[in-house]
Amino acid sequence: MNNIYGNFREIETEKSTEYLQLSFSPSSLSLKERWGNNGLSADFLGDYFRTFLPKTLGDNENYSRRDEIKSTVSYIANELLENAIKFNNDNIDYSISIRLNLDVDKITLWLTNNVTQSLYEAYQNFVEELLNNDPQELYFERLEQNAEKEFADSSGLGLLTILVDYKAKLAWKFQSIKNNGEENFVVVTMVELEI
Amino acid sequence: MKVENENFLVDFIPSENTVKFNGSLRLNGMKEYEPILEILDQGLQEANSPLILDLTSLDFLNSSGISMFSKFVIKVRNQQKINLIIMGSQKIPWQSKSLKNLQRLMPSLVLEIV
Repeated sequence: MNNIYGNFREIETEKSTEYLQLSFSPSSLSLKERWGNNGLSADFLGDYFRTFLPKTLGDNENYSRRDEIKSTVSYIANELLENAIKFNNDNIDYSISIRLNLDVDKITLWLTNNVTQSLYEAYQNFVEELLNNDPQELYFERLEQNAEKEFADSSGLGLLTILVDYKAKLAWKFQSIKNNGEENFVVVTMVELEI
Repeated sequence: MKVENENFLVDFIPSENTVKFNGSLRLNGMKEYEPILEILDQGLQEANSPLILDLTSLDFLNSSGISMFSKFVIKVRNQQKINLIIMGSQKIPWQSKSLKNLQRLMPSLVLEIV
């Protein structure tokens, strides 16, 4: 069964000629080592795509649009990977993957991972909250709430910053798949960014 | 007092009223940010007003780091003892996008992105 939120596009139907995909098995490294790899992977995606952007893309003396896009890709990819690693269901041997497509007018990222059934439901509730509220209001509410807790829970803040600070569009596909009698819960988070 | 690892350095310099940030902060959740909040709290207790947070060499900050700075700014706002100056760089694109939110949390905060 599939649940789609937002303007979700399937990876398979895209015609981009430039794309990168990184996949890794959640059980291959310790959590700490994997955490360190988030930054490496995110910066690599940003650096790699920077070279494909036109040199004349709105630069001036103090400002490089290419550097801005590189930094945006790196931030968004890092947040998606952090979420995937935090919430992945490591009991299932199913790889986490991040895919980035470059088109003339947009960049699209897809992050695919497996979660437990309870997280699958909680994440859909959060997505509905995001879609039914003003993200900026939700963002500031969340910051004020976090400030009152000793160890604030920053979950969800990454997606809010992607919406509020980076003006990107988000969409999701939630998919439950029966596999040899066992049910797997797969989440694909899509981020679209105009360039 | 300072905290560092191979990716970042955070240092309170009492003689300059400044907490200086260098490198990339991608720690895992607020618990890992606790030692950095302690340095900020030290600045809050020991510095004269205004306390300066120098982020001009902070290349990267994840959303948990944004949560940490927000928590600190709200604390300073609620205490009403000192003011804050946050210094950023135009050359580091995330700063122009995200730091203005801190000013929205605490309108008296001075944001200088140069």
